[in-house]
Amino acid sequence: MEEIKNFTFSVYTENNVGILNRLSAIFLKRHINIESMTVSKSEIDNVHRFTFVVNISEIQARKVVGQLEKQIEVIGAFYHTEDEIIYNETALFKISSEHLYDEEIQEKMKFRRAHIIAITERYFVIEASGLKDDIDNMYEKLKPYGLLQFVRSGRIAITKPKMAISELLKEFN
Amino acid sequence: METLKKEKHEATSSETVKISGAEAVIKCLLAEGVDLAYGYPGGAIMPVYDEIYKYQDQFHHVLTRHEQGAIHAAQGFARVTGKVGMVFATSGPGATNLVTGIADAQIDSTPLVCITGQVGSHLLGSDAFQETDIIGISTPVTKWNYQITKASEIPEVIAKAFYIAKSGRPGPVLIDITKDAQFGELDFSYKKCEKVRSYKALPKLNIEKLQEAANLINNAKKPFIVWGQGVILGRAEQEFKKFIEKTNIPSACTGLGLSALETSHPLHVGMVGMHGNYAPNVLTNSCDVLIAIGMRFDDRVTGNLATYAKQAKVIHFEIDPAEVDKNVKTDVAVIADVKETLVEIMQYVNEADHKEWMQEFDKLYQIEKDAVINYQLNPTKEGLTMGEVLGSINKETNGDAVIVSDVGQHQMFAWRYANFNKTRSNVTSGGLGTMGFALPAAIGAKMGAPEREVVAIIGDGGYQMTCNELGTILQTKAAVKIVVLNNSYLGMVRQWQELFFDKRYASTEMVSPNFVKLAEAYDIKAVKVSKREDLAGAIKTMIASKDAFFLEVVIEQEDNVFPMIPTGASVSDIRLS
Repeated sequence: MEEIKNFTFSVYTENNVGILNRLSAIFLKRHINIESMTVSKSEIDNVHRFTFVVNISEIQARKVVGQLEKQIEVIGAFYHTEDEIIYNETALFKISSEHLYDEEIQEKMKFRRAHIIAITERYFVIEASGLKDDIDNMYEKLKPYGLLQFVRSGRIAITKPKMAISELLKEFN
Repeated sequence: METLKKEKHEATSSETVKISGAEAVIKCLLAEGVDLAYGYPGGAIMPVYDEIYKYQDQFHHVLTRHEQGAIHAAQGFARVTGKVGMVFATSGPGATNLVTGIADAQIDSTPLVCITGQVGSHLLGSDAFQETDIIGISTPVTKWNYQITKASEIPEVIAKAFYIAKSGRPGPVLIDITKDAQFGELDFSYKKCEKVRSYKALPKLNIEKLQEAANLINNAKKPFIVWGQGVILGRAEQEFKKFIEKTNIPSACTGLGLSALETSHPLHVGMVGMHGNYAPNVLTNSCDVLIAIGMRFDDRVTGNLATYAKQAKVIHFEIDPAEVDKNVKTDVAVIADVKETLVEIMQYVNEADHKEWMQEFDKLYQIEKDAVINYQLNPTKEGLTMGEVLGSINKETNGDAVIVSDVGQHQMFAWRYANFNKTRSNVTSGGLGTMGFALPAAIGAKMGAPEREVVAIIGDGGYQMTCNELGTILQTKAAVKIVVLNNSYLGMVRQWQELFFDKRYASTEMVSPNFVKLAEAYDIKAVKVSKREDLAGAIKTMIASKDAFFLEVVIEQEDNVFPMIPTGASVSDIRLS
């Protein structure tokens, strides 16, 4: 049995209605749960970039990337292991203002990339960014204070090796 | 109207002229060389149908009795002609009734363009009358789909649809057009699509890989070819034949590969797969080099993957990169157009002689012949067999007919026993296994190849799924020959119940109407045969008929299809009984 681990997919697509449906259908068809997803502009004009994180075997990852790549409006699809990427996630924690001057909470925020981005009479908001574990740790630390709201983004990732996407586009044009 | 039409026709497609979106649809199709479509009108597609009416001297529309019939007819047309099959349907149920056919065309790589009407764009998402999200519904089963909400988009999107449907590995495309886009006006000009930047229709042939493949082939002692429909879709039948004749490699086909090479060819060693021939299945696990050409290692072909051709080096000639290493790990993959591959490889492969290896196929063929084939073709029991019906059809048609099969036991008998002399002669629902496919597909096949004899082989179950299309035959006079092999059972499921569920025949016994009367109600000549002595004469009459003809043959009830690879078994464990 092949090892199941995290794979990050970078999928470059045209910017059209319905592509998300087409891409998610490929994961659905294989009964693969998407752990996180982010869609944004990419480094190329009018080309969008989807970042999916899924927990599967490498054999599955290779087949999935082939099916993603095959979709007409997909320009290029790639999968990466954790050590091939530099990645980040962001989270927002909304906490009641009664804890604002709590020394303990200030101590806990000394984590390298967390800061307060909003303060009102009733609540304050901490933004934290980092690797998945960093956010998880922060969540565990802040949970006892009663989170009014918590939200975290999908993973965004940049690859260490070069991705041949611009060359691909040149070849197509 | 005549003058109006004349003015319209004078405008060539290169200059710009203001017309409605609906008229643009028809003009785009004419520019693509399409003059025949199958479909069913309804509210949201009425503007297009109004243009079909106005253009009826140039553009023909076949009204089927159900949208499923329309799409299967278009599939039959596409399969015999190699052209794109064209379908129209309205929104809502019209569109959803196409879904089975779209899925069928997707899995069997059949080029189709389906145009559906949609509610006005201001109503989208409001649960309007006959609104359904056909883009969302059809996404997983289309090669591409797109919703048009502005008339001005029509020419470019339709051009793209045709390019995508027929290029590379073909497939179905669905274009959904809102009613306001059909009514809206545009400055019309048409340019065929030649590329889509995010889509690579033809991967570039890698000569090094090709040489590597040739090297393996040249050094093989027991090479074995399995070819699929890719040879037909790539129009590479002649190149394929030259390749196997130079290398003298025994070659077997998948179900959809049938007819790419004539059945009588000495290197044709039969069909692989669950109900394929004994020799090619068994020897898949003896060959030293397996050369897969335009096929996708479907589970019905491979049986248990863990024991499939493990001893062999595997070469895969394939146009779709996503198929390579999907099911069977290859040693050398040549990802390119099959015709180009087979032309180029000729300079690298040596002439060879594999007589002894070929004799192994002959030996196993004899075993199958004694155990199964003789009984099927020349039965001694009283009841008629499906095999002998196919044998009789072969005699009357000399193997020149297009055989359209439905899904089930009769389909396996058709694949196993029909003789094929010409390519594009086996029209069938392979990957999806869609019962009800054959009757409408035969109508489309006959319209695509009117000069050819088209014989539909259908079971009593599948026939009753789409026999409403007899109405289409009545109206169009399509001279389709319909053979219903009636064993009063859903035979294939019954066979599995017999073998694997201790003969508990759950819901497989089928009471049918008087099929002869039913055909006669549609003005189709009809005959029923239950005795062996009447069979040959009835088939002769049927083939001699200039018009459509219906023949029911009463078949031995509990006959089984053998050989058979039980689910999960290895290809070499194929059972003869």
